[in-house]
Amino acid sequence: MSTVTLQHETDTEWRQPAKGTVAMITLIIAESAIFTIFVVAYLYYIGRDVHGPTPKQVLEIPWANSVCLLSSSLFIMLAEHAIAHGKMAAFKLWWAVTFLLGLIFLVGTGVEWKKLIFEDHLTISTNLFGTTYYSLVGLHAFHVIVGLLLMLVVLVLALLGFVEKKHAERVKTLALYWHFVDVVWIVVFTVVYVVGR
Amino acid sequence: MGSQTYPVAGGLQTETAPSRHGYLEEIHSWIVTVDHKKLGIMYIVYALLFLVIGGLEAILMRIQLAAPGLHFLEPQTFNRMFTMHGTTMVFLVGMMILFGFGNYLVPLMIGARDMAFPRLNAFSFWMSALAGILLYFSFIGGNGLAGTGTAPDMGWFAYAPLTEKAFSPGHTTDYWTIALLANGIGSIGTSINILATVFCMRTKGMTLMRMPMLPWLYATMSFLTLLAISPLTAAQAMLMIDRYLGGHFFDTQAGGSAILWAHFFWIFGHPEVYVLVLPAFGMASEIIPVFSRKAIFGYPAMVAASVSIGFISLGVWAHHMFTIGLTSYGNAFFTLSTMLVGVPTGIKLFNWLATLWGGKIQYRPPMMFAAAYLIQFLIAGLTGIMLSVSAWDWQLHNSYFVVAHFHYVLVGAIVFMLFSALYYWYPKMTGRMLDEKLAKWHFWLFLIGFHLTFDLMHIPGLLGMPRWIYTYEADRGWGTLNLLISIGGVIQGIAVLIFVYNMVHSYFKGELAGPDPWDAWTLEWATASPPPSYNFATDPVVGSRRPLWDLKHPDDPDSAFE
Amino acid sequence: MTITKKRKATQGNFLTSTQELNCATIAAHRNTRPVKSSTSIRGSLAGLALLVGHQAVALAESPTSIFSTLSTPAHETNSIGLFVVIICTAIFAVVAALLGYAFWRFRAGNSDEHEPAQVFGSMQIELSWTIIPVLIVVVLFLATARTLFSIQDAPKPANALNITAVGHQYWWEYHYPEYGIVTANELHIPVATGNGGRVTYIKLTSADVIHSFWVPQLGGKTDMLPNRVNEMWWDPQKAGVYVGQCGQYCGAQHAKMLLRVYVDTPEQFAAWVAGQRKQQTELVADVVDSTSEAVNPSVGQKVFEQQSCINCHAVQGTVANGRFGPDLTHLMSRDTLGAGAIQNTPENLKAWVEDPQQFKPGCLMPAMHLTNKQNLQITAYLQTLK
Repeated sequence: MSTVTLQHETDTEWRQPAKGTVAMITLIIAESAIFTIFVVAYLYYIGRDVHGPTPKQVLEIPWANSVCLLSSSLFIMLAEHAIAHGKMAAFKLWWAVTFLLGLIFLVGTGVEWKKLIFEDHLTISTNLFGTTYYSLVGLHAFHVIVGLLLMLVVLVLALLGFVEKKHAERVKTLALYWHFVDVVWIVVFTVVYVVGR
Repeated sequence: MGSQTYPVAGGLQTETAPSRHGYLEEIHSWIVTVDHKKLGIMYIVYALLFLVIGGLEAILMRIQLAAPGLHFLEPQTFNRMFTMHGTTMVFLVGMMILFGFGNYLVPLMIGARDMAFPRLNAFSFWMSALAGILLYFSFIGGNGLAGTGTAPDMGWFAYAPLTEKAFSPGHTTDYWTIALLANGIGSIGTSINILATVFCMRTKGMTLMRMPMLPWLYATMSFLTLLAISPLTAAQAMLMIDRYLGGHFFDTQAGGSAILWAHFFWIFGHPEVYVLVLPAFGMASEIIPVFSRKAIFGYPAMVAASVSIGFISLGVWAHHMFTIGLTSYGNAFFTLSTMLVGVPTGIKLFNWLATLWGGKIQYRPPMMFAAAYLIQFLIAGLTGIMLSVSAWDWQLHNSYFVVAHFHYVLVGAIVFMLFSALYYWYPKMTGRMLDEKLAKWHFWLFLIGFHLTFDLMHIPGLLGMPRWIYTYEADRGWGTLNLLISIGGVIQGIAVLIFVYNMVHSYFKGELAGPDPWDAWTLEWATASPPPSYNFATDPVVGSRRPLWDLKHPDDPDSAFE
Repeated sequence: MTITKKRKATQGNFLTSTQELNCATIAAHRNTRPVKSSTSIRGSLAGLALLVGHQAVALAESPTSIFSTLSTPAHETNSIGLFVVIICTAIFAVVAALLGYAFWRFRAGNSDEHEPAQVFGSMQIELSWTIIPVLIVVVLFLATARTLFSIQDAPKPANALNITAVGHQYWWEYHYPEYGIVTANELHIPVATGNGGRVTYIKLTSADVIHSFWVPQLGGKTDMLPNRVNEMWWDPQKAGVYVGQCGQYCGAQHAKMLLRVYVDTPEQFAAWVAGQRKQQTELVADVVDSTSEAVNPSVGQKVFEQQSCINCHAVQGTVANGRFGPDLTHLMSRDTLGAGAIQNTPENLKAWVEDPQQFKPGCLMPAMHLTNKQNLQITAYLQTLK
């Protein structure tokens, strides 16, 4: 067997980052770029409509919704903490709470859209506001749905007793995604309901 | 820290790959594979197939343009040809073949057994492959089977509002959007995979600053892909919302903006050029040292230059839009940022020159192509500087000068480097050498054809010939030049056919290569050709950027200097 | 004011001198290229070089050469371009010589088995080839910025002629608000030099997709975008006809969206304006219905107005007021038809009315499938639109 001489760092342990975390971070970078484009389009088209309805006429600030979604980030952190320390009962509880809060947000968005479509007659093809609003909020809602489905899988597996302390790293990766969804909501909220209204 | 000894890859193993299965099993094994090497080869073969198709489209266009006022192609057919040629060459050839090499080489070069996510890798390949099928299905399905055969005809950058329902009825544009969306998802998947592989799968001892240049450039390219393809994906989603759901993103009649698409497209489009050229830099940085018999000159500077090219390229997109009506300050900013790309690019070129300097250059086929690449890349860079001069670009923009410039980059630099890489790594992939005599024919014919076509192509641009025209007036003085350009195109086509023949012929009859035919220094040459599915019998441990140099020169190892 | 000064400074002999310079530069530019190929197939390329050399002389004579500049923006653009070309050629010469030397000097001998000395880098050298390019970039950028601002932000003279140009799939519409003229495809502007000379400012927009307005000898291109107005200016130095074409792909007939600019002397321009301001009239019909067999302008006008021609075309002073196609009020004052696709002769005119698709397949004017008689009648009428 051939050999080769090494002179550096021979004693140090060979450590590299977890591939799941790296993959999630890179995915988040790509997703941020996608959201940036939609946000830019939204900002660019504010007030350029040739006819209404305008955001001022129809949009109401979804306070309750936003509180639910943002607080869910807090609960998922508690869940992360619990599983890292092997407290499975606490993990299940906090995970379920996170899931429910996310679900409430989604239902809230649905209620908001129902009002916009049937009472205000604003659809995606009505005007620029409709196009950009449903695209941006819809893109975010799509990410919420994906997050909820993944969390549901974990929740079911956890309730069936398949999730253990050794899965903390994977749970953390998923939580990273959920934090991203929350941060995006802060941006979307600011753009759509504060700047755009 | 005392010096210790470590095994490298179980020595230079010469074990051959497992014997072949039956016909159907063989096909099945390729379809279900998650092996990075098989996927890499599939990417490359797929891309070469489309290279031939895209090349044929180019030759059809060149025949139509050989003289003024010809009626070889219908106007709409010509428009379809350039749309398909551009889309094919960028997405189905460029991206695919580069990802193919990345898939094949990155794990081998960093001493890994596979990519970080093998199944994501397979998914990405099949998504991208689907894109090609969707795009070409538009020839049949564009207007429905009963309609005339139609492919997309709005140009590869699909400026709004030409792509809106009002101006592009039918489904051709839809096929184009869906194809690019699928390709984009595949590309993002592969990029994530390459980044995770490079950051998490390196073999013991291979710190980031000991990685060969090629994985470095693939990491930069993947990062850039994430930031460039994602905006394109978003823009395609918007276009689909417009076309399917009646949205108004780019609908100028409802207040939408045509400029917004241009911005979104070029935020993707310009970094895309670097996405394509960075891997070529990586290949050059592997091949030029081996055939000069010298280590790469200024490795840290090369890494820094690559990464900074990636960053600067994110801020230059509007140099494609100097005529669109930016303010003078906007034009000035993008002039400066574009020119600045020249600085790190210059560093790379000079470092390659310094690598050659004092070496013992062996003109084997990979090095012949690499040498031509250096000169041509220099010219491509300089015409790029000319185009960055926004005031002059008002004249040159969308003229044949631009066409000549970017073909100089894409063919003169990238395709030449890809040929070089194919000659260099074909023995590793198949276990057999490509025929050297045919390689010389291929090289000289392609070189002559290339220069005949693309050197001359600058001139009609200077004489006011715009892109995308299916014919031109006789009194403009473009005729003779275009004839010569077309002849050059045909010569290139012949050269590519010789190459394809060589690939097929050598696969069965080529000289056996052995594990390390070029006496090279990176880890992929430390295993059999073709490598077994597990790549390395034992995980290699490295102590320098050139582990095989250390192995071959125990008296003078690199690890003593780094 | 600055414009006037520049014009005086460049008026003298710059035309001839730049043309010579340009020829030389193009030749130099090309000769630097086929370094490798020219050595390999000397014989055949020698003949080729002769052919190309001959072509090079013809280059400057191309009516669309960006080097024969006839206005200040084109001239300044050209100067900065040549400056950059010279610098880039110098860089090319130096680097290519170094590369060529290295390729030759350091080729491997046959017998030598030893690896060459391994050099891993040199801070000083690498710094030098970082700093020198930065300095070159700074120079190029400052030179470019100067030209950029002087053209793009030039103050508009008070007596400038304002024109609005609207791009359509695949033709050009021009408005002269000052004179109330609407015309198409062939743009008339006054020369900018001498007594009564005026600088022309053109507002550019589009009725459908993106087009680009480009007459190389008068200046660089500027895009025409729907929902947006761009502005550019020309100060033509010499009367004459200048050609160009659409510079941005706009659909099926982008190639035949040709552009002609007539730079008139002030007298010619005044005469042209007077001609264009004349309204047409409803001709008194000798017969009442359009089914008449007679071929004359008044019957032709009836046919013109009763078929769907007037949905798209306007003839000022008559009921025809369509806006989708070119204004035909003074059709016969134009030299070409179909945005430069064909010469405006009576035969071509009739053939065009019969089926425009034979000249410009994909253009938006359909073949109307009228009888031969009707086509003759319409043509007879159109020929009166002087």
